[in-house]
Amino acid sequence: MNKLILGRYIAGDSLIHRLDPRAKLVLSFYFVGIIFMANNWQSFSMLLIFTLGCILASKISLSFFLKGVRPLIWLIIFTVALQMLFSSGGQMYWHWGIFKISEFGVTNGLYIFCRFILIIFMSTLLTLSTAPLQLADAIESLLKPLKAIKFPVYEIALMLSIALRFVPTLMDETAKIMNAQRARGVNFGQGSLIKQMQSIIPLLIPLFVSSFNRAEDLAIAMESRGYQGGEGRTKYRVLKWQTTDTMAFVLFAVVTVALVYLKN
Amino acid sequence: MTEVIKVDHLNYQYEAQKELNEMALKDVSFTINKGEWVAIIGHNGSGKSTLSKNINGLLAPKSGEITVDGLVLSTETVWDIRRKIGIVFQNPDNQFVGATVEDDVAFGLENNGIERKEMQERVRDALERVDMWQFAAKEPARLSGGQKQRVAIAGIVALRPEVIILDESTSMLDPEGRDEVLSLIHQLKDERGLTIISITHDINEAASADKIMVMDGGQLVKQGTPAEIFALGEQLVDMGLDVPYPERLKAALKKRHFDIPDDYMTEEGMVDWLWQLNSTK
Ligand SMILES: Nc1ncnc2c1ncn2[C@@H]1O[C@H](COP(=O)(O)OP(=O)(O)OP(=O)(O)O)[C@@H](O)[C@H]1O
Ligand SMILES: [Mg+2]
Repeated sequence: MNKLILGRYIAGDSLIHRLDPRAKLVLSFYFVGIIFMANNWQSFSMLLIFTLGCILASKISLSFFLKGVRPLIWLIIFTVALQMLFSSGGQMYWHWGIFKISEFGVTNGLYIFCRFILIIFMSTLLTLSTAPLQLADAIESLLKPLKAIKFPVYEIALMLSIALRFVPTLMDETAKIMNAQRARGVNFGQGSLIKQMQSIIPLLIPLFVSSFNRAEDLAIAMESRGYQGGEGRTKYRVLKWQTTDTMAFVLFAVVTVALVYLKN
Repeated sequence: MTEVIKVDHLNYQYEAQKELNEMALKDVSFTINKGEWVAIIGHNGSGKSTLSKNINGLLAPKSGEITVDGLVLSTETVWDIRRKIGIVFQNPDNQFVGATVEDDVAFGLENNGIERKEMQERVRDALERVDMWQFAAKEPARLSGGQKQRVAIAGIVALRPEVIILDESTSMLDPEGRDEVLSLIHQLKDERGLTIISITHDINEAASADKIMVMDGGQLVKQGTPAEIFALGEQLVDMGLDVPYPERLKAALKKRHFDIPDDYMTEEGMVDWLWQLNSTK
């Protein structure tokens, strides 16, 4: 079960893995933004090649990325079909009532499909090549300027890292409670939808109670080790910006220029 | 001998106890000397954990005075005192704050604003001390209970405290993990001249302490060497406490007018003594 949530990260030592998580986070968001500039086959193929290049550099098998597409497949098909069937223009290939397939429709549908794939691949690359804790560190570091307006950056970061740390613990606990309730005759994942919902309650309530107890214990343990809020704390884990990170930014700038040049 | 902890007429009441007019701690007074190993025993709800939380200011006393290493506990000194006293709690999972072993050990140091360079040294030093350095980058989910408790101890050792309080720290571990953790604490105590307060239900562990304090109904009812305490026999049983087997045997033999030395004996010591008894007769 641990695999489900934390297991998205695939440990490795590739160029992409070693990039600063801040660089990866910012550049991924930036990439999603510039995808919307592409509007012809030249620009889209350039972006696709670039993305595949990044994936190759991460040394993570392409099958993981295709798995990332799977949960969204219906959304993609639906959106693409909508574009295909309802936009008009150019040569008309087929029509039936209000539905028509035109040249414009086909190209638009194709572009939207490409956009989906690019966004999914790039964000999957981010989560597969960056440990959750590193992402939390990156978020903390990027949010730091907000401290000026009294936004509790340290506290949020600590919350994130504690939440991550407790995911496996709570997973184990859930499994234990499920077994305990099964021994008392509760059926999980069987029967009608209402039955299944009802069977969640004897799972959730003990889980909530024990989580609160844990939280209280944890708070006491933290305080007894001198925790008194973010003020005056030093940091053990620090992020180090390297030349490769700057290079990554330069590379993305080049891609942007090429994109502007290639698009209509 | 210098005293590290002095508790003077301490009273404590939980919010929820006010209406019932109950007290969690009633007029508790004692002193603990530097380098001592003190065991606190008493049945469930006798106030042992409440006492330990009062000592480092996690709970604020209703009345009474607590002095740690010359500092009188107050809102000004509480953070200094927490640096002098580390508590290892019962549940290994619920005191693991960091996402990895080294992060957890560093947590207390970060709180105290220790500089990063020194922090790295201290983390490594503490983890090597508890023999967990090779696990530094591991997540807690991949550790056994005993290993997690060792990390918790490292987190406290890194803060260089004077006193370590073990609040049933080994009760959730298997016998192997328990021995491991206890022998580690013994070593640390000898090396760094620590004072240990061990709250325990394990009567055999209490038997090896320098001093035993017995809590009952929020009061400190008895304190003395293990031999003195176990000599109470029936009285302990009345308080819901166990007496180690050799002590029970001794009491039974005494009833039958055998001449037995008074000091505490381990099971092996008892066997040796019984042998001699037969050969000298
Ligand atoms: N948060 C609380 N609110 C109200 N009463 C409490 C609270 N915690 C403990 N008590 C009460 O205070 C008394 C002492 O509790 P304490 O936890 O100190 O006992 P203990 O000796 O540590 O027991 P155990 O051996 O079970 O750990 C008990 O009667 C308990 O019911
Ligand atoms: Mg207790």
